Amino acid sequence: MKTLITSLKIFLFFTVLTGVIYPLFVTGIAQLLFPNKANGSLIIKDNKAIGSELIGQQFDSSIYFTSRPSAISYNPLPSGGSNYGLTNIKLKNLVVERKHKFITFNRLDSLTVVPSEMLFASASGLDPHTSPSAALLQVDRIAKARGFDSSQKQQLIDLIQSKTEEMQFGLLGEPRINILNLNIALDKLDQNITNNK
Amino acid sequence: MTVQDVIQVILFFALLIGLTPILGNYMYKVFTGNKHIMLPLFGWLEKITYKLTGVNSDEETNWKSYTFGLLMFNLVGLVFVFLIQVIQVYLPLNPAHLPNVSWHSAFNTSVSFMTNTNWQGYAGETTLSYFVQMVGLTVQNFVSAATGIAVLIALIKGISRKTTDKLGNFWVDLTRSTLYVLLPLSILFAIVLVGQGVIQNFKTYETVQTLQGTQQVIPMGPAASQIAIKQLGTNGGGFFNANSSHPLENPTPFSNFLEMLAILLIPAALTYTYGKMVGSIRQGWTIFTAMLILLVIGLSISLYAEYSSNPIFGHLPLMEGKETRFGITNSVLWSTSTSAASNGSVNAMHDSLSPIAGMVAMVNIMLGEIIFGGVGAGLYGMLIFIILTVFIAGLMVGRTPEYLGKKIEAFEVQMALVAILAPNIIILLFSAWASVCTSGLSSLNNSGSHGLSEILYAYASAAGNNGSAFAGLNANTVFYNLTIGFGMLIGRFGVIIPVMAIAGSMAKKKITPPSSGTFHTDNWLFIGLLIAIILIVGGLTHFPALSLGPIAEHLLLNLKI
Repeated sequence: MKTLITSLKIFLFFTVLTGVIYPLFVTGIAQLLFPNKANGSLIIKDNKAIGSELIGQQFDSSIYFTSRPSAISYNPLPSGGSNYGLTNIKLKNLVVERKHKFITFNRLDSLTVVPSEMLFASASGLDPHTSPSAALLQVDRIAKARGFDSSQKQQLIDLIQSKTEEMQFGLLGEPRINILNLNIALDKLDQNITNNK
Repeated sequence: MTVQDVIQVILFFALLIGLTPILGNYMYKVFTGNKHIMLPLFGWLEKITYKLTGVNSDEETNWKSYTFGLLMFNLVGLVFVFLIQVIQVYLPLNPAHLPNVSWHSAFNTSVSFMTNTNWQGYAGETTLSYFVQMVGLTVQNFVSAATGIAVLIALIKGISRKTTDKLGNFWVDLTRSTLYVLLPLSILFAIVLVGQGVIQNFKTYETVQTLQGTQQVIPMGPAASQIAIKQLGTNGGGFFNANSSHPLENPTPFSNFLEMLAILLIPAALTYTYGKMVGSIRQGWTIFTAMLILLVIGLSISLYAEYSSNPIFGHLPLMEGKETRFGITNSVLWSTSTSAASNGSVNAMHDSLSPIAGMVAMVNIMLGEIIFGGVGAGLYGMLIFIILTVFIAGLMVGRTPEYLGKKIEAFEVQMALVAILAPNIIILLFSAWASVCTSGLSSLNNSGSHGLSEILYAYASAAGNNGSAFAGLNANTVFYNLTIGFGMLIGRFGVIIPVMAIAGSMAKKKITPPSSGTFHTDNWLFIGLLIAIILIVGGLTHFPALSLGPIAEHLLLNLKI
């Protein structure tokens, strides 16, 4: 009985300390030092949130760079992958289908090597990135859909280069490009071109 | 693999090896009551803890009272976490208006977090309120890790003390682990994580209008504070369903690197603490080396499997269930570390790993979570294998086995066998049951040998208190919630109780000074023997099942049937 009472008291004490004070303390510091990041790295346009820089969005329109396949169609409630094993026939069929779709959608040569992240679904279903080479393969299609001439198309290629994130500190992770950021910049580029006309 | 990939792996291990003596030495000071750097900062808090709870910190107890206190304390936590889940609609901080959790899921989750497993049959962002995540789960993340450390400290005292029945004070060991080790590291780590983009707020879920004009709901919550401790405490339970592959949980390669390092940091450092406490740093490094060798073997096999081509997908990099920012190397380094260390958080979906890489993760768990293993739990599990190795070596040369001057007798060996067999029996029996009954099979996401792997992995993960999954398996059913819940309890306390019994029995023994005939336990020969024993025991137990699961699948993949 004495042990039970001690257990209850210690449990209560640690619940308050690690379950209330600790998270509140971290929240306080986080909101003070990194308010934007602590609140989800939201991108605000005209006072409205249009997305989070970290959360990928579904892009399948011909005027945008395409995002990775997602087992949850970029609906974050809840997040997750396909969990298909490599010998699952569904996975093989999906890869064949996605490859065909990517090649025809972007009017590429049928022998083009499609970057594998465009054929396989991500782990979170919310991957905000693709490889820069996947973006470059889409330039012609987007330029055509937006009616860009060849100099404007070059601007688009420059945009991809400027938005490419290299390995962090030149050391960690993989080179990548944030598709939401890229598409926002693309809209802006298009806007500027139209305004200049 | 590129040169950059190799550099990242080497950097990871270099940091792990470098930090081991630093943190290990610090923890030695904490657990032996010496002066250390956190005393001026948190020393007053320790005094307040004892004052408020009426604990007499000078009182030492025998193994039975120590274990009884531990069990009571864990029971209280279990009941509390269960209750707040089934009444969460009546509690505060539930901005997404999530309904009460079903009784079987609540049972599974409360067992899961209390046993340091953090198996998740539920999806965080659509099941649990901020209140439950914070006041229920974050607390268990801390105290379950502290419980593991406490058991280890008691065992070390049993080994290093002589002719006593006193093993220390559970409340003191629990309090010190939490206040001086877990809490300061978590605060620091959580803040760094927010700096990388991990969220930490109490806002309602944000509905946004996407660029293409559809609606997307972005979940919010106090994530960083929970993620920091779930990595450090080898807990592994994600704030979100996708765990550390979720961009709000693990946004950058740097956050990924730190989260990965945090998985192994404390378990590795505890080997050094152990060496210091038993009076031979070399003993600690011996254990560290055996663990590191097993980890590197597993990692090499996994990397080889993941970078190999196969007839189905050709030379296509296997990015299914992986994130672009991490790529293959960082996903595999994580999957190997998280399964070795009984952490169980994931940054890639293990279900979609190549069969052999998935098997390495499974084997890491099945060997008993002793390749660094859970905080405290990994090392006390390894010490069980050391007892077994010393015993077998003693039989081979015909001498009474000794470890650090303590005679290993029938009782210790019996208890060691209970601790080794308990989780393994759970894995085999429950997997066999699930693979022949409808309620077991109807949850599968993949068929054939990969389906068997999903079941095997689930029970291995439960019994090893790991918590990762071949997540295609729909485990949120009455059958799986109950069997996995039961498996986690056996896997935790079926090891802790015999370990504590060994600690109690060892403490009573005399210490014989080393002689010319003493079998040394701090050299390469011993490392080799220890690794051999671990692999033979694990291999004999699980090879038949593995050959029907991942090995058969590997053959199918390469025969293109």
